[in-house]
Parts: sequence; structure tokens; C-alpha cells
Amino acid sequence: MAATKIHAIYTDDDLLMQAVKQTRAANYHISEVFTPFPVHGLDHAVGLAPTRIAITSFIYGLVGLAVAVLMMNYMMIQDWPQNIGGKPSFTFYQNMPAFIPIMFELTVFFAGHLMVITFYMRSKLWPFKKAENPDPRTTDDHFLMEVDADNHDVEKLTKFLYDTGASEISLIENEHDH
Amino acid sequence: MYTLPRNLKLFSIVLIVLGLAGIIFGFLTTPKTIDDVKKIMAEQEGLHGEGHAVAGHEEGGTANFVDEARGQEGYSENAMKHATDLKAEGHGATSHEEHVLHQLQARPWSATFVAAFFFMMIALGVLVFYAIQFASQAGWSPVLYRIMEGITAYLLPGSIIVFFIVVFAGTHFFPWQNEELVAGDKILQDKSGYLNFPFFLIRAVIYLLGWNLYRYFSRKNSLAQADADNYAPYRRNFKISVFFLIFFMITEATMSWDWFMSMTPHWYSTLFAWYVFASMFVSAITVIALVTIHLKGLGLIPFVSDKHLHDLGKYMFAFSIFWTYLWFSQFMLIWYANIPEEVTYFIIRIQEYKVLFFGMLILNFVFPILVLMNSDYKRIPWFVVIAAVFILVGHYIDVFLLVMPSTVGHNWYFGIPEIAALMFFLGLFIFVVGTGLSKVSLRPKNDPFIKESENYHF
Repeated sequence: MAATKIHAIYTDDDLLMQAVKQTRAANYHISEVFTPFPVHGLDHAVGLAPTRIAITSFIYGLVGLAVAVLMMNYMMIQDWPQNIGGKPSFTFYQNMPAFIPIMFELTVFFAGHLMVITFYMRSKLWPFKKAENPDPRTTDDHFLMEVDADNHDVEKLTKFLYDTGASEISLIENEHDH
Repeated sequence: MYTLPRNLKLFSIVLIVLGLAGIIFGFLTTPKTIDDVKKIMAEQEGLHGEGHAVAGHEEGGTANFVDEARGQEGYSENAMKHATDLKAEGHGATSHEEHVLHQLQARPWSATFVAAFFFMMIALGVLVFYAIQFASQAGWSPVLYRIMEGITAYLLPGSIIVFFIVVFAGTHFFPWQNEELVAGDKILQDKSGYLNFPFFLIRAVIYLLGWNLYRYFSRKNSLAQADADNYAPYRRNFKISVFFLIFFMITEATMSWDWFMSMTPHWYSTLFAWYVFASMFVSAITVIALVTIHLKGLGLIPFVSDKHLHDLGKYMFAFSIFWTYLWFSQFMLIWYANIPEEVTYFIIRIQEYKVLFFGMLILNFVFPILVLMNSDYKRIPWFVVIAAVFILVGHYIDVFLLVMPSTVGHNWYFGIPEIAALMFFLGLFIFVVGTGLSKVSLRPKNDPFIKESENYHF
């Protein structure tokens, strides 16, 4: 299908936030927003579903904690107990204070890395992927809002976006939906 | 304008009266002579005899927690043998009875001090938080300035009471003030350049003056800003806040050495000051959140949004973890190095105060982290209140464990002196903070960042 889109460029994140709210209030559909840095509250303003990545992160943290406990128990208690600094390694709980730093580190390690990997998968990102970014300036200091123009009067929409403070507006006709 | 609700005022006055009666009762009923102690010990012996028949395994054998965790029988006894700090000799006592008498006499002092310091450190911690907001020129928090100032109103009465307790407690708290003991103790002689009474008194006066002067002038400038047509009072506040923070960081460290660490003058830990600070700071932020929720519930602060509560919740969450980090850092290094003069500090706490010692970790770490982890929950007032209750109870226990094992040892009990002191200072705190809040409008007018703070969102 031929999708007609309008790219409106803003130069300030507060301006963008305001424009996003106005555009949604005027019942236009925002298909995507490109920003050089995360703008707090933008996901809520655009109307995206709340992210569940925090929950996955919590679960990954628990997995990391479990891996650390099992690993330390196997290495230091079952397989090869050693007397380090006069501390007999006969049970897990006798030696637990020494294991806590490792338990903490692996919890953070698992939570952090697996969350990032999950994020890449959910966002369909992988190495050598070609950037979908429509305008390289959005990686520097510009903000781009992409609005569906299919069922709207382009003239009117352009005027509207101009009034929201867009510094640049361009009409994009796509043969295919990336 | 806020006025302390009638029934809350009545409640606080009842607490003060009952608490005062209990504190006096505690002081009057301490044993005066060794004969009294012998009688008490004989009674306890009798009780133990009965208890023995029911729960025989409690007393029998040497299986205590520390030995078991070490996997080495007789370990704790051995370690404690070298600990003069916590033993009879460390307090200048010659016999066991005299030592018990000393500990029983120290109990009402300790009980009063724990509660007095707990509420004083809340006010002091809020003052530090307040100073940080000015020094960092924070944009989110000016809407909370009047609330913080209301809480720090307690600093003056609170710190004066704490001052008198530590100055008059003498050898009940501080064995190094016993001259006979110092005369026979090489380590205490070496430390006497710092640990001597005149210098101790001077330091305490410096803390008292420094903290209260900053509170007085910052409050004055903050109120002056409301009527000013320029930002001169704010600038003055910025400057004195920076100097206060430097002053505080030094005096907080020496304060924690003076008033807590020197209770066991042979023992030392280099991160002890930070540890006390963490406890102070997290309790203080928790109380700011509680007072904010209280005022918000009364509808007096419409300019404070759930975003501000969210931020306070984040601070509670973060500093609970910070406290645990310091607690564990101190514990693990001492546990691992296992140096006799260091481990005694934890052996007595784990053996005689096991439930409190580990319960405190659950209250101060596990509960706050689970309750406040979810971002949305930090905006729900009753969720924050639940976490706040856990944190405050936990940090009261923390202060209890800083003081009690060093002063009363295994003769501790959570009885009338402790509960009464807690009631008295809670009542006084509610009363003073309530009056402090009701003095001026709760909206800091004319603050340079007030607009940003009111529109704060993320």
C-alpha cells in the first residue's frame, strides 16, 4: 500500500512533547518519533503500551542470583572445598558472606545484559542492520515526528503541524511500508 | 496554613507524658548496689531453672549460632576472651556482679539515648538533605522546602537533649572516661589525646552550635526569600549550605566516633561514620515522604504532585540499598579478616541480639527493595507508607544495635525504659514538627526554582 507520511522536525524536546500531545489531541496518528536521546514521558505521550522490559529484567536478575548460588555451591562446597583464610567450606551458609559479592555481581550482570539483548530482539535490531532513521540529524540535535497523512487533507495537516512549532515539514510517499 | 490536628496534638502530648513517666520509672528502678544485683540474678536463676525443664536444649551444650556458622566449637568464647571492651574489665569493674550492676545502670541511659538520637538524626538528616537541595540548586524539590524546614524544627530541642545525655552519661556509655581504667590500659592512653572529656565536650558543643546555627540562618534566609524582590537570600543560602555540608561531613564522622564508636574504645571501623550517615539519611528522607503524604492527605499542598512522591520513593529505595551496602562492607571485611579485636563487635551482636540483628536486614533491605521496586508503586501513597514503616522500625533497631550491645551487653530487654523513651521522643517529635510546619505558608513563594518544581514532570 502506498503510505503517505509527513515528517515534522522540531529542535527542542519540550516543543516536541507539546507537539505530540497536540497532534494526538487533534486525532492524527503518530506512527513514529525519532529523537537523539530518550525523552522522559514521550512513550506515554505517544500512547505506546507500557514497557514490560522492567519485569523481564527482574526475572533475569533472579536467574542470575540462582546461577550464582548454584555455581558457588558447586565450585566451593561440593566439587573442591578449600580452606581459604581459615574458613572451612563445609556448608553454603557458613561461607555465604564471601559469596554475596558474586551473587550480587551475577544478578546485575544477568539483569543488565539479558535486558539489553531482549531490548534488541524486541526492537528488531542486530549487527550490520541498515539504519531506518529517515534523517541523520535526529541522531544529533533534531527531533522528528512521523504522522500518517493517508486519510487526511495534507494541506490542513501541514498547516496544523506548522502551528505546533515544527521547523521543517516534508511529505514522504512510500511505495512499501519498510 | 497547616495546624496540627487536635487529636494528633492530644496524642503527642499523651505520648510525652506517658513516656516521661516511663523514663523516670526506668531511672528510679535501676539497682543501686551490688546486693540488688545479686537479688536480681538469684531471681533470674530461679526463672532459668524453671525454663530449663521446659526447653532443655536452649541451655545445654555450647552450640551457639556463631560457633555453628564458623563450624568451630568454642570459637566465640575464645574470641570474646580477648575483648576487654565488652567485658567486666573493660568497664573498670572488678567482679561479675559489679559489671552486671554497671550494665543495668546503663540501661535507662541507653534506652533514652537510642530514642533521643533516632529522632534527632531524622531532623539532622533532613537538614542535610535540605542543604544538598540548595547546594545543588535542585529544581524538583523547592515545593518541599517548607516541609523539610518543619521537620528540622525538631533539631534544636532534639540535639540539646542528645547533648545532655552524652555529656552526663559518663562511664555508663564511655569506658574511656574512667580514669582508673585508662591508667591501666595502653591503648586508651594512646587514644587519650582525642578521647578525653574536655575535648569531647568541646566537640559536642561545636556540633550543637554548627548544626543549629545553619538551621537558624537557612530558615531565616528561606523565609526572607518569600518577601524579597531579588534572589539575594537564596544566594546567601546557597553559600552557607555549601559550607554547612563540609562542616557536617566532618562533624558527622567525629560525632559517630564520639558518641557510638567510643562506647567500645578498643574497636574501630573506618566506614563507621558512613554507616551511621546512611542510616540517618534514609530515615530522614522516609520521614519527609511520610510528612508529605500526611499534608497531601489533608489537601494542604496541591502543588506537590505524585512525581515528587515518586522521587522521594526513589531516594528511599536507593538509600536503603546504600545502607545495606555499607552494612555488608563493614560486616564482610571484619568477618573475613577475623582479627580478634574487630570480630567481637559482631559476635556479641549476633549472639545476644540475633533476631534484631538479622531482622533489621530484612526490614531495612528486603522489604523496601521489594515494596518500592516497581516504578508505579512509588506513586501510591499507602505503598510508600508501608515501606516507610519498615524502614523507620528497621533503623530504630539499627541505632538500638549501635548502642545497646556496647553499653548493656547481654542484659538487654525491650521493656518499659525503651518503650517509654520511644513514646516520649515520638510525641515530642510530632508536637515540635507539627508546630514547626504550622508557622508559615507551606508554599515557598519567590523561590527561584518554585515554578520549575511545580511543573516538574518526567
